[in-house]
Amino acid sequence: MSEHHHKETFVTKYIFSQDHKMISKQFLVTGIFMGIIGVFMSMLFRLQIAWPEKSFTIIEAFLGPHQSDGIMNPDMYLALVTIHGTIMVFFVLTAGLSGTFSNLLIPLQIGARDMASGFLNMISYWLFFLSSIVMVISLFVEAGPASAGWTIYPPLSALPQAIPGSGLGMTLWLVSMAIFIASSLIGSLNYIVTVLNLRTKGMKMTRMPLTIWAFLITAIIGVVSFPVLLSAALLLIFDRSFGTSFYLSDIFIQGEVLHYQGGSPVLFEHLFWFLGHPEVYIVILPAMGLVSEIMATNSRKPIFGYRAMIGSIMAIAFLSTIVWGHHMFISGMNPFLGSVFTFTTLLIAIPSAVKAFNWITTLWKGNLQMNPAMLFSIGFVSTFVTGGLTGLVLGDSALDINVHDTYFVVAHFHLVMGVSAIFGMFAGVYHWFPKMYGKMMNKTLGYWHFWITMIAAYGVFFPMHFIGLAGLPRRYYTNTNFPMFDDVADVNVVITLFAILGGLAQLFFLANFFISIYRGKKATQNPWNATTLEWTTPVEHIHGNWPGQIPEVHRWAYDYSKVDENGDYVHGADFVLQTTPLLEGEEDPS
Amino acid sequence: MLALFYIFIAVAIAVSVWQITRILNFRTVTATDKDNETQGKNFMIFMAAMYAMMIYCLIFMNVIMLPESASVEGEHDDNLFNITFILIGIVQFIVQFLLFYFSYKYRGKKENKALFFADSHKLELIWTLTPAVVLVLLIGYGLWQWNNVMDLSDAEDPIIIEVYSKQFQWEARYAGADNTLGRGNVNFIKGINTMGVDMSDKNAADDKKVTELHLPKGRKVIFKFRSQDVLHSAYMPHFRAQMNCVPGMVTEFGFTPKYTTEEMRQQSEVMAKTEKINKIRKAKGEEPYVFDYILLCNKICGASHYGMQMKIIVEEEAEFKKWIAEQPTLAEVIK
Ligand code: HEM
Ligand SMILES: [Cu+2]
Ligand SMILES: [Cu+2]
Repeated sequence: MSEHHHKETFVTKYIFSQDHKMISKQFLVTGIFMGIIGVFMSMLFRLQIAWPEKSFTIIEAFLGPHQSDGIMNPDMYLALVTIHGTIMVFFVLTAGLSGTFSNLLIPLQIGARDMASGFLNMISYWLFFLSSIVMVISLFVEAGPASAGWTIYPPLSALPQAIPGSGLGMTLWLVSMAIFIASSLIGSLNYIVTVLNLRTKGMKMTRMPLTIWAFLITAIIGVVSFPVLLSAALLLIFDRSFGTSFYLSDIFIQGEVLHYQGGSPVLFEHLFWFLGHPEVYIVILPAMGLVSEIMATNSRKPIFGYRAMIGSIMAIAFLSTIVWGHHMFISGMNPFLGSVFTFTTLLIAIPSAVKAFNWITTLWKGNLQMNPAMLFSIGFVSTFVTGGLTGLVLGDSALDINVHDTYFVVAHFHLVMGVSAIFGMFAGVYHWFPKMYGKMMNKTLGYWHFWITMIAAYGVFFPMHFIGLAGLPRRYYTNTNFPMFDDVADVNVVITLFAILGGLAQLFFLANFFISIYRGKKATQNPWNATTLEWTTPVEHIHGNWPGQIPEVHRWAYDYSKVDENGDYVHGADFVLQTTPLLEGEEDPS
Repeated sequence: MLALFYIFIAVAIAVSVWQITRILNFRTVTATDKDNETQGKNFMIFMAAMYAMMIYCLIFMNVIMLPESASVEGEHDDNLFNITFILIGIVQFIVQFLLFYFSYKYRGKKENKALFFADSHKLELIWTLTPAVVLVLLIGYGLWQWNNVMDLSDAEDPIIIEVYSKQFQWEARYAGADNTLGRGNVNFIKGINTMGVDMSDKNAADDKKVTELHLPKGRKVIFKFRSQDVLHSAYMPHFRAQMNCVPGMVTEFGFTPKYTTEEMRQQSEVMAKTEKINKIRKAKGEEPYVFDYILLCNKICGASHYGMQMKIIVEEEAEFKKWIAEQPTLAEVIK
């Protein structure tokens, strides 16, 4: 292992690092940076929707040519929701979440010295970085960034005549996403190969922590579905720049008939959602994995139904690839197809329910350690359930007719995916911060961060269901054109106030995060008394993770509070490291 | 409300500053029994607050929600929605209770031991099968209703109306005496022929272009949607009706209006909502609002997406006949 000792320069250590731990931190910090932009945008458009006629200095300061007298232009409103959605879904919750934790935990938890290919791993990060830069640059385009919604349905996204953001802004969006997809694919392939090939001795698949299962399956769905988005984007680029007609047909705009013939926007919708739906699980599965792990550790109990958890991850992954049509019930698609998608969609509620019940049972008769990571995990289950349940309304095609594209949908997906996944990500950061930086984060700030965020999350998204049921469409710049919506204006004000509160609460996190890196208390090797392999590595990062041999694994990851007939802990403590050999006659579920 | 909020923020900032200064000299960084105690209780308090909020929303937001369905087909939507909503409401109350109550009940204490409980096939079977059975019922009713709404093949004597969308306006065309729409295509758009009707098609001459939708009560209406430029979505929330308008393609949707506009104005939910709205409008010094059915755009379609609307009037058959007779045919308008 000569690479153990080779000399590191600043550049190879901190910038073009091939060490998975450093790459993980790079993903995290880039994700946080993009997250700040995304959240800030949401504050701006919430101001607009709550007080459409009011002038704000902050809008004047940030939106420059896209506002007049502190009131943003309608184009800019759409641009903000578009880029907010794109950044949050892809840059924060896909790259920021998966990129951070798959990189950190896969090698550490399966007992590998690094990813299968450190070089590709580095490339994956730098492509992500590049795509972030392009996305950020697109914000400064004169005509404004992409504005057709994060789902970029053509023809709106294809024709600059239809909306100014569909000019250069859209081109940059597509370029950025193409690079992003390349990054994601390279990363995913690396994760899959690493998990399948580099497990240490004794680390059978059935001994892997659920985090690793989640990352593995997520990577597989990513590899299956992201290429389809890439093709969709390519065809859109052709339509935009080379005059093809994949998605366009019979269009008359600004006084002229365009030449496009025979294409269909519905084709784009199919291709987009063939990725788009799996994408929401690409976002949530890693969060589920993190939460499972954190809940078991902090409950001092095995995760309940380990095999059922794996089974439901797989079932969700499989089903997630055959439900995309539920976003298109009223797209003009054949109604019979709608029936099929209703059926498959509601099926996916079953494995989701199994997971929720298993988490709750994990808490039952536990000895819960209320660390901030644990609070966020409990919050995760709460919001996932609240948001998941409304899926039963949306998934039923007959009911979706009337709530499609209203705020009801916005409430649903923010709770089930937005808030939940962010909670999972925070839980992960609080829990593995000691592993990343060798320091501890402050507990009390973590508590404040959690409670204010939790209150804000419900304050923002719960009332949204009801304004959706009032028939209020999403993506409206203002509702003042419709007297019938005058009575939702108050609700929108309350929502915006909670949104600002939630945004400010993140300052607790940022302060805690960055101060703790430098001033945090030094971490011990296994601060949470967990069982998994990453806590057997030294606190100070070294190349190759373990100083000597990689330890051998003898048991599954969930031997918490294992007792003998007399009720004494089998190994003298309420947790047993995976590296501890089995005693004679001791059983291991794997 | 606003003052309260500012106070809250001020307190939050003060606390954060205080905490940040403390960060330099803290002692324990993992949760102690005292933390477990406090946080466990916090979850109970949160649960109480959350229940209060849910109940508050259910009761007080009821008035802003859409009134009962104004179409015959939509009745089953309302039924199915109510069943689903009650169901998920119950599950929500129970599951959140279990989650938060366990978080409190099993909060960690030094002297306690967690139970090593890793698996129970019986339990897992229960919570696989129960949702499965419930879902089968929901899916069954849902699919029956979906078919009921979407299958337009058996409609008797329907009125055919074309709804045409463009940035940022709706237009509509009635099929006229022959109840068949003349062909339309963007290539025919010229001058006053804004919907691109092919006037050489013999079905086109008696078509009637209008700027307001009139529908007779009790008769099935079949809408044919076309779009001139980008995707739009024709959303008629009171009728539980929505369909995307797709350039290059004709989509369709149908329903039977159940109440005239006048009747709807007298409906109790509508009156309550109107009253609430008018209180707000009066405070702002705006004209009072009277209920009308409406068609609005519900697919992001460009800068003025938020203004695209068309009024719908439901009236008795006789009034409708009178109104439609007054409308000029395309042959009369487009020479
Ligand atoms: C119980 C299972 C679930 C069901 C039955 C379900 C069903 C649906 C349906 C039918 C829609 C389309 C609604 C519409 O546009 O009219 C939808 C939207 C959405 N769902 Fe779910 N969902 C479930 C769980 C989830 C989960 C777990 C996530 C993410 C982790 C998620 C994320 C989303 C997103 C992002 C959208 C909106 C996309 C957009 O239009 O911008 N859903 N869901
Ligand atoms: Cu979906
Ligand atoms: Cu529109």
